[in-house]
Amino acid sequence: MAASEMSARFRPGDRVRVRKAYPLGHIRTPFYIRGHSGVVERLCGSFGNPEELAQMRSGEPKQPLYRVRFLQKDVWPGYRGDARDVLEVEIFQHWLE
Amino acid sequence: MKEEGSYQPYSYFQLMEVSLRELLVDKGIVTEAQVEATVEDMRSRSPERGAKVVARAWVDGSFKQKLLENGTRACEELGLDVPALRLVVVENTASVHNMIVCTLCSCYPRMLLGIPPDWYKSRNYRSRAVREPRAVLAEFGLQLGEETAIRVHDSTADMRYLVLPMRPAGTEGWAEERLASIVTRDCMIGVAVPRK
Repeated sequence: MAASEMSARFRPGDRVRVRKAYPLGHIRTPFYIRGHSGVVERLCGSFGNPEELAQMRSGEPKQPLYRVRFLQKDVWPGYRGDARDVLEVEIFQHWLE
Repeated sequence: MKEEGSYQPYSYFQLMEVSLRELLVDKGIVTEAQVEATVEDMRSRSPERGAKVVARAWVDGSFKQKLLENGTRACEELGLDVPALRLVVVENTASVHNMIVCTLCSCYPRMLLGIPPDWYKSRNYRSRAVREPRAVLAEFGLQLGEETAIRVHDSTADMRYLVLPMRPAGTEGWAEERLASIVTRDCMIGVAVPRK
């Protein structure tokens, strides 16, 4: 029997990369951020896995959810704003490596 | 202008909503009164709630600290129920401007701001806010100086976001209610800043 909650593998300040995967289904990881690297800003807690919940399953084990900070200039080629501009996105642990 | 009493056929989604609602009522899962009460509850929430939170943070340093640490709990202290999700409050400073978007759908802090404006749900805003935030802000009439970096928050999962704007100069000594009156919905989404 799996634990109902996965333990957190990352900590604030850790450098992480979003998996570059394109599974079907209800995915809360935006396309534009897949494959990009950023830094964990904070751990938000653990929440039911939306990919499972969308299939009317329990969503367990719950997945740690992080806010990950990306530099805009790393995400968008030719980004024209300030080099310090950032984007923060909530990403579930199973999407991070 | 639409004439009073003129016949308008239901759109696909309106028809689906009515059919589903009638089925749920027929099967005794919900009552008409419960549906009405929920709709009224949603309509009753407005950006004044968020403005009240912002004004309190401007006048009370320890409340502000609590708000930034745990938005949900701080709002509960003001008697505002922020149910079933966590509120993240992000603070604007002279060097950082925050802006909120939900690129996937239209996640929005409804309990503090009410029903989102149509533009917030538009494909235009959702796709461009993450990619060219400065251009989008300029269209809202907000030009940020070079000393200010932009932090865009994509509300993709279980958090909801509220921007804590900077208190404008020249508002020293203002009462909390007067301060709240200059905090607009757009200020708390991060596409405007409060003006005295």
